[in-house]
Amino acid sequence: MSRIKDNYENSRAGKFEAWYKDGYDPMDERMDIHAVTEEDASDPAESVRNEVYISDSVYDRSANKALRISGYIYRVLSVLLCIFMIGTLIWMVQYLPPFGQYDNPVNNEVSARYIGSGIQETGAINYVTGMILDYRAFDTFGESCVLFIATICVQILLRLDPEETDPAIVKRRNEAETDRLFEPKNDIILQKVSVILVPILFIFGTYIILNGHLSPGGGFSGGAVMGAGMILYLCAFGYKKTERFFTIKTFRVISLAALITYCLAKSYSFFTGANHLESHIPLGTPGAILSSGLILVLNICVGSVVACTMYAFYTLFRKGNF
Amino acid sequence: MDFLRNLPFFCIMLAMFTGIVSSAVNGRIARRLCLFMVTAVLVMSALTLYYVDGLGESITYMMGHFPAPWGNEIRFGSLEAFLALYFSVIMLLSVLGGWSHAAADIEVGKENLFYVLIDLMMASLLAMIYTNDLFTGYVFVEINTIAACGMIMIRQNGHGIVAAIRYMVMSLIGSGLFLIGISLLYDVTGHLLMVSAHTAVEGVVADGKYVTPLLVIIALISVGMAIKSGLYPFHSWIPETYGYATPTASAILSSLVSKGYIILLIKIFYRVIGFDIVVSSHVLNALFAFGVIAMIMGSVHAILQTDCRKMIAYSSVAQIGYIYMGIGLGTKAGMIAAVFHLLTHAATKSLLFISAVGLYEVSDGRTDYLGLRNAGYRNRIAGLAFSVGALSMVGFPMLSGFISKYLFATAALERPHKMIITLIALIISTILNAIYFLRQVVTIYSGRPGEAVSTARFIREAIAESTVSNRFASLALILLNLFLGLFSEVVIALISRGLDMFA
Repeated sequence: MSRIKDNYENSRAGKFEAWYKDGYDPMDERMDIHAVTEEDASDPAESVRNEVYISDSVYDRSANKALRISGYIYRVLSVLLCIFMIGTLIWMVQYLPPFGQYDNPVNNEVSARYIGSGIQETGAINYVTGMILDYRAFDTFGESCVLFIATICVQILLRLDPEETDPAIVKRRNEAETDRLFEPKNDIILQKVSVILVPILFIFGTYIILNGHLSPGGGFSGGAVMGAGMILYLCAFGYKKTERFFTIKTFRVISLAALITYCLAKSYSFFTGANHLESHIPLGTPGAILSSGLILVLNICVGSVVACTMYAFYTLFRKGNF
Repeated sequence: MDFLRNLPFFCIMLAMFTGIVSSAVNGRIARRLCLFMVTAVLVMSALTLYYVDGLGESITYMMGHFPAPWGNEIRFGSLEAFLALYFSVIMLLSVLGGWSHAAADIEVGKENLFYVLIDLMMASLLAMIYTNDLFTGYVFVEINTIAACGMIMIRQNGHGIVAAIRYMVMSLIGSGLFLIGISLLYDVTGHLLMVSAHTAVEGVVADGKYVTPLLVIIALISVGMAIKSGLYPFHSWIPETYGYATPTASAILSSLVSKGYIILLIKIFYRVIGFDIVVSSHVLNALFAFGVIAMIMGSVHAILQTDCRKMIAYSSVAQIGYIYMGIGLGTKAGMIAAVFHLLTHAATKSLLFISAVGLYEVSDGRTDYLGLRNAGYRNRIAGLAFSVGALSMVGFPMLSGFISKYLFATAALERPHKMIITLIALIISTILNAIYFLRQVVTIYSGRPGEAVSTARFIREAIAESTVSNRFASLALILLNLFLGLFSEVVIALISRGLDMFA
C-alpha cells in the first residue's frame, strides 16, 4: 500500500496536488497538540523559555524543506499585500478633504447642533459626554456590552474554579500556583509608593467619573484610572488584602447592577423618546454637579463596569480567579 | 396597533438584558432564560412582520429624543422583520438541537457563560438587521465577533483554541477594514446615519469631488465584510471553526453569523451608497469573480475531506460563494436570489450540522465519513434529516436549494456578460456538490449487513441518549426547508417588497 502511495506522490498529479495545497500548513491538523508528557515536563522552566526548542519541536524547520519554502513565500506575499494596501490608502489620502478646513463635509448641521444646543438639550457642559451618553447612547450601551462580553470570553478561557475536582482543572490550578512563585512579594518600595498613590488614584478616578458631564473625562477614562489603582494595590499587597473588599461576588454584583441600571434607564429614555412622550427626568441647571439628567448615572455605571473589567482581566490572567 | 412599532426595540433590549442577567445565574436557568428570550423574539418579530407588511412602508424608530442626523435610529421594513423572525427560528432550533452536546463539551460551571454568548449574539444579529446607523452597525459587528470567538473556544481542546485564534485574526482584519471604510465615509460625507449619508453620497457623486475615496470606501467595506463572512480566498478559518466547535456553535456560526454580515453589507449597498453607484463602481465584479471561484474551489476542497463536519464546513465556503455571486450580478433579480439563497443556506446548514450530530451519537463518536456507515438505520430521523439537507444543497426539486439555483439561473439571464460564466459555474458546482453529499448519504445507508446487528445493544442505548430535542429540531428544520421549497412564491414576493422598501 505504501509503495503505491509513494508512486503517487512522485507522479505528476501528486506533485501538482502538493503544489496546489502549498506544501504544508503548520496549523492544519498536523500540529500536534498533546498533553505534556513526563519527559517534557521534567524541566518546564527550561523548555518553556527556550524559544528555539518550541519552534523546532512544533515546526521542525531544520528538516522540513517544504515548510521553509512555503513560509518564505507566505512572508513575501504578505509583505506585498501590505505594501499594496498602504500604497492604495496613501494614494487615496490626497483626494480626501484637507485636515481642519472650515468647509469640510464633517462641519455640517450635525456638529453645529451638538455644539449649539447641546447644553440646553442634554444639560451637560462637556459636549463629548452629551454626545456619547445622550444623542448616541445606544452605541455607548453597545460599547459597554463589548467590555462585558470580553470579560465573559476571558472567563471562559482562564477561570479556574477553586472547588472543582476534575483532575485536568486541578492540574491547571496547580500550574498557575507554581507560576506565581516567581512573583515579587512584599516589595517594600512598591508598598510605600502605593500607600501614597492608591488613594490619590481612587479619588482622581471618582472625580473624573462624577465630573464627566462638567469637564473632560467620563466613565471610560475614570473607570480606567480606578482600575489601575486597584491593580496597583493588588500588586503591592497581594490577594489576601484585596479579597477583603473585592471578590468575584463583588465583581458580579457591581457589573450586573451597573449594566442593568444602564439597560433599564436607557430603555426608559429610548421608549419615551420614540413615542414622543414626556420624559420625567429633570435636566437640572447646567454646571451643577447634580444635573444633566441620566448622564451622571450612566457615567457611574460605565465607570464601574470599566474598573471592574480591568481588574478582572488582570486577576484572571494572573491567577485564573479572584 | 401603533404600539407594535416598539417591538424591534424591545427585541434588542430584551436580548441584551437576558445576556446580562444570565451571567449571574446557573447554567440551567441561563438555558431557560435563553430559550424564553429567543421564543419571545420570535413572537415579537412575527407581530412586527405582520404589522409592517400590512402597512406597506418602512418605519424609522428613534432611539432617544433626537431625530435623524443627531441621534441613533433603527429602521424596519418587511425584509428586516422577516429576517429577524427567520433568524430567531434558526437560533431556537440550533440551541435545541445541540444542547445535550453543549452540556458535555463545556466545562462545569461555565454553561451559563455559553448562554450569555448566545443571548448577546442574538442581540447583535437583531441590531445588525435593524440598524439605521453605520456606527451602531460597527459596534454590534464587534459584539458579534467576540461572541462568535467565545462560542468557538468554549470547547476547550487544542483544536478549539487554534480555530478561535484563526477566526479572531481573520475576523479582526475584516472589522478593521470595515472600520477604516466607515471612518473614510464619515470624512467625505459628515454623516453616520444611513439616510443622511446616502443624501451626502449622492451629492459627492454629482459633484465628482471625492469619487476616488468613495471607490476605496466601497472596496474596503466589501472586502472587510467578505473576509468576515468567509468568501473564498479568506476562507481558511471556516473548516476548523465549524468542524471543531460544539454543534450548537457550528450551526449558529455557519447559518447565522456569516449571514448577519452579508445582510449588513447589502443594507450598506442599498441604503448608504446606493445600488446604482455600487454597480457602476465595478467592485461588484470582483465579488462576482471571487464568488464564482468559491463555488468551485469550496466544493473541490469538500470532496477532499474525510471528516464529515469539515466536509459540511467546506460546503459552506461554496454556498457563501453562491451568495456573493448573486450580489455580484448587480441586478435586483440577482439580489433576490442571493437573499433567498441566504435563507436556504441558513436552514440547510443548521439542519446538516444538527443531524450530523444525531449520526455521530449512534456511531461511537466517529466523525470520518466511513465511520458513519449504516448510521442512517441506527438513527432514522437524523439519517432522514441529513439526506434532506444534502439533497437540498444539491438542488433537489421541492426543496429550497432547487429554488435558489433556479433563481440564480434566471437572474443570470438578465446579464449577458455574466450569463455563461454563472450558468457554467452553477452546473459544475452542482455536480461537485452531488459528488460529496451523495457519497455521504449513500454511506450512511450502506454497509455490511452484519454491522448493524453486532452493535445492536450499543445502538439502543445510544438512541435512548440521543435527546428528543435533537430529533425535534431536525424535523422542524426539514419542515422549514420544505416550506421554503414549496411556498417559495410567498417568500420571494416578501423579499422583493422588502428590497423595494430599502430604497
